[in-house]
Amino acid sequence: MKKAKQFQFQVQPLINNNNNNNNNNGLSFSYFDLLSEEIVFTILDLLAPNPLDKKSFSFVCKNFYFLESKHRRILKPLRSEYLPKVLTRYPHVTHMDLTLCPRVTDSTLTNIASACNSNLVSIDLSMSKFFTGVGLLSLAVKCENLVELDLTNATELKDSAAAMVAEARNLERLWMGRCKMVTDMGVGCIAVGCRKLKLLSLKWCVRVGDLGVGLIAVKCKDIRSLDLSYLPISDKCLPSILNLQYLEDLALVGCFGIDDNSLAVLKNGCKSLKKLDMSSCEKITHIGLSSIFSCTICLEQVTLANGFSVNLDLADTLNKLSKLQSIKLDGCPVTCAGLGAIGDWCVSLKELSLSKCSGVTDEGLTYLFTKQKDLRILDITCCRKITDVSISHITSSCTDLSSLKMESCTLVPREAFILIGQRCHSLEELDLTDNEIDDEGLKSISKCSKLSSLKLGLCLNITDEGLAHIGMSCLGLKELDLYRCTGITDSGILAIAGGCPGLEMINIAYCKEITDNSLLLFSKCAQLNTIECRGCPHITSLGLAAIAAGCKQLTKLDIKKCYKIDDAGMIPLAYFSQNLKQINLSYSSVTDVGLLSLASISCLHTLTILHLKGLTPSGLAASLLACGGLTKVKLHASFKSLLPQAIFEHLEARGCLFQWREKVFQAELDTKCWKLQLKDMMQ
Amino acid sequence: MDHKEMPCPTADTWGKSFSSGNELLKNISSDDTPLTSSQRPQQKWEDPSMLDYNTRIEPPFQDFKQRSETQSSLPCNPNNHNKVTDEDVQMNGTIQIEKIQDWDPRAMLNNLNFLEQKIHQLQDLVHLIVGRRSQALGRPDELVAQQKQLITADLTSIIVQLISTAGSLLPSVKPLSGTTPTGQLGQLGGLFLPSSVGPNGSVQPQNNGGSKVSDQSNQMDITVNCGNEQNYNMEEHESKDDEDADEGENLPPGSYEILQLEKEEILAPHTHFCTICGKGFKRDANLRMHMRGHGDEYKTPAALAKPNKEATSEPMLIKRYSCPYAGCKRNKDHKKFQPLKTILCVKNHYKRTHCDKSYTCSRCNTKKFSVIADLKTHEKHCGKDKWLCSCGTTFSRKDKLFGHIALFQGHTPAIPLEETKGPTVPPDRGGEGNEAINKVRSINFNFGSNAPNGNEVQNTADVKGNIEDPTGYFSPLNFDTWNFGGFHEFPRPPYEDSESSLSFLIPGSCNYTVPGSCNYTQKTGAESSSNNPE
Repeated sequence: MKKAKQFQFQVQPLINNNNNNNNNNGLSFSYFDLLSEEIVFTILDLLAPNPLDKKSFSFVCKNFYFLESKHRRILKPLRSEYLPKVLTRYPHVTHMDLTLCPRVTDSTLTNIASACNSNLVSIDLSMSKFFTGVGLLSLAVKCENLVELDLTNATELKDSAAAMVAEARNLERLWMGRCKMVTDMGVGCIAVGCRKLKLLSLKWCVRVGDLGVGLIAVKCKDIRSLDLSYLPISDKCLPSILNLQYLEDLALVGCFGIDDNSLAVLKNGCKSLKKLDMSSCEKITHIGLSSIFSCTICLEQVTLANGFSVNLDLADTLNKLSKLQSIKLDGCPVTCAGLGAIGDWCVSLKELSLSKCSGVTDEGLTYLFTKQKDLRILDITCCRKITDVSISHITSSCTDLSSLKMESCTLVPREAFILIGQRCHSLEELDLTDNEIDDEGLKSISKCSKLSSLKLGLCLNITDEGLAHIGMSCLGLKELDLYRCTGITDSGILAIAGGCPGLEMINIAYCKEITDNSLLLFSKCAQLNTIECRGCPHITSLGLAAIAAGCKQLTKLDIKKCYKIDDAGMIPLAYFSQNLKQINLSYSSVTDVGLLSLASISCLHTLTILHLKGLTPSGLAASLLACGGLTKVKLHASFKSLLPQAIFEHLEARGCLFQWREKVFQAELDTKCWKLQLKDMMQ
Repeated sequence: MDHKEMPCPTADTWGKSFSSGNELLKNISSDDTPLTSSQRPQQKWEDPSMLDYNTRIEPPFQDFKQRSETQSSLPCNPNNHNKVTDEDVQMNGTIQIEKIQDWDPRAMLNNLNFLEQKIHQLQDLVHLIVGRRSQALGRPDELVAQQKQLITADLTSIIVQLISTAGSLLPSVKPLSGTTPTGQLGQLGGLFLPSSVGPNGSVQPQNNGGSKVSDQSNQMDITVNCGNEQNYNMEEHESKDDEDADEGENLPPGSYEILQLEKEEILAPHTHFCTICGKGFKRDANLRMHMRGHGDEYKTPAALAKPNKEATSEPMLIKRYSCPYAGCKRNKDHKKFQPLKTILCVKNHYKRTHCDKSYTCSRCNTKKFSVIADLKTHEKHCGKDKWLCSCGTTFSRKDKLFGHIALFQGHTPAIPLEETKGPTVPPDRGGEGNEAINKVRSINFNFGSNAPNGNEVQNTADVKGNIEDPTGYFSPLNFDTWNFGGFHEFPRPPYEDSESSLSFLIPGSCNYTVPGSCNYTQKTGAESSSNNPE
């Protein structure tokens, strides 16, 4: 309402102004100038999904250029070096995302602070290194409206820097995951300084203990979300945490210092808590859970992955949580009685995850699903004991299921998948990796017209025929995984590429029959951003060139073991795919020239180049130095000695990490052999 | 310890253990302030196994249980335990006749103190036996039996005393509560205990115990002193407070006897001297151990036993001490004279107040002390006061600092100076950095250290400048396309700017963190490397 009024009020004078100005200028009149600022802003809002569109828009005329600069609120620069210029162009930036800049120094932060001043609301430094407390202090002091600060992965940040962060008095959300050097003292400073904190993540801050966390609980009364995973905390700070009046989300993953006794002392209820994650807390049993659940009765979401044994006792503790909607028990040993009791107690369950739980049987699931009717999200990954009995019960009681993940449920026969398609029409996400599904099953599943993600990796029974059904019915498909589906050829892809124009992710790794024709078809899917065609020996540079020209959004490309791809494929890729961030070229026929040409892709940050026969040390060095934005490079260990150490040091100083691999050259295995080998390894 | 009942045949083994204990004792007591002869009765606490003093109280009782279970096998006192209860009843009977007074918590405390000591004493004895048992296995059963008797007797006395003490509180025996525990104890000692353990050879220790009980009950303050003494022994450092502890005692003048030691006596390192060789000892027990070396006559249990207090039956005045220093408030001639409670108080007071502080802390070289115990206390914590609050208060413990901060608004933890001062180069990378620099130099490719020191402009400039050299490595390729991450576009001035802006950013209030001292200014690689720790 208010905005609309303002809009009406401003339109008229602005048009007048523009007219006056342009009349004075006389010759340089442009009709675009007639558009008011508000209208242009509305247009720009609509262009938000694609950053390249905005760029093109700003080049239309001076006015648009100026207005685009004025309109932009979020800035995600590729290089911190250009920031001073960029900041003068965009004076109204409120959100600064530096995740693409590996090297952010104190001077960068000082520049940002003095350019943005009080405009700056949020800054993300989660992927950046090389800044210290000095830069943070200038941010904290100059940007008094700073509300959000992400310091995740700042592993070298010390207490002194945390003390600088504490100067940002209005900070409300702070992420400090993996700030391993920060101790209680630093967190203490933040607790005293940032009194308005609503969200704080201290995950992996292993030097922060009871004292620091306790002080947070004492000083920051507004905390809503607190992540204390992997901290050495004990019962000393738990009561004060649960006394926080507004706490809604608490993560205590892997807190080994907390045991049943420390939970037993909890007296005062935390009525506000809605989400609790106590995964991997080895020392807690159902007794401890019972004590904590009795004071957090409003919980809606509980995660108890890894370590709890889900038996009758544990399930009974859930009895107290009448509002529970989601339970995640990933990786827990489960008993039938436990599952049955969960079915009895938790009547309004929307989400249930039993992935990798040992002991999930038909009996347990049958009992569970006679009570559960509202389930929307179900994960039964690797429940290898279940058969069509379970699937029958699941599909008949939970017809509203929107997500079903059942990777590696190997005992489920092919007929069962027909039931899924017949009964669960609202499925949006379906993971059938490594199952016995066949074309009949796919035909049935194609009735799920809302399907957006379908994973069929390692389903050896499916062919083009089944895929054609999917391509005809599932028009909204965004993600399709056909990893090692050896029965799939170009004709299957034809149906998919033609029927699913909105495809964003495709995995055709090790589908050996696939040729360039498929890639030519995929080049029509303009939204495609991830292509994995590892181990497709028929794919050549021609197909890649088509992809590069067609899929402008391409960010992730894996062409490992595509032996026929060479420099001729790299050059168009370098020219067209300006959004490419991640590429795997291992085992391909790319040489120095192709690699060096990739340097023109400014976004490129992850590069895997193992076993490139045509790559020379000098070519590698040149490419590495030329790709300015690299943050992660996977290289064969032999290059370590072939190149001067100084190059690596220089690159590391730019923020690039090297991962050295010793792996020897491996010949490719047939999929069935590969699967057998995998089974051997698992046993 | 009441070892004197040990029969002679085993005296040698005892002696062995004693001598080993003696050495231990010497070690322990070497740091202690010497005791005067008037402290002698309390020296029994300085048992060789004194180190275990603080461990537990329960074991003797557990032991007792075991003993009582096995007691049937003992010929000497088959129904010792039963007797106790009998006597208890009997005792209650006698006590009921006593005049009724108000229950005195002070007396109760005294009793408890005494019991505590008694238990510890017994515990020590058991420890000794355990230790000896592991040393010599082939022991005659007779000795074992005697030890058992000894322990049993002691335990019996403890239990009886405990029951009687507790009895004064029980509502069911309300009439009893009127009687002073003193009286009860006196009766315990005088009437009942000897008869209970009468037949066997361990009468004596019980008698001793009993007589002591009456001593204590007659003069409560000795028990207090005894307690103090014991405290002193087990944790000498806490004796510091003893001096002040009696500030509010307010004994009416004349109700106690004032003793005044001379200066020389106070400062003498030893108070017990060997009459044969003249060697000095801080403790009488040490002297007695020493005496054994001078002949067999000193090895008898009687000679080794702690000398008993004479005239125990006569009521004695409470003893208080005066400082010999004229004009001191602790001197008896002072207008507002406040007496010192024990000899030890006198010693510590005199040294602290009227002597030079000759012990200097070897860590900080500033703090001086006249009592060596004080120095040790200080040295324990010296340099550990590293937990600093923004208000300037220091704490030796982190939790105390956090408690302080939780309590006060606006106070915040202050990060120690060293940390802020140091560059953000992690120490483990420092060495690498040095190495790297050398390497970089050797190939004339000066990146400087890759540390985030804020010297990147310098570094990258160098890179740019020397770029012709490294091209040698990759000469076959054309480098036109590469703009080197736009480093050349990096403006230099921001350094000076940010430097000056920083100086105003740092208000005086946060000078404890000294952000300005961070390695912000440009540095050459060599400079920064010299800052790096090894």
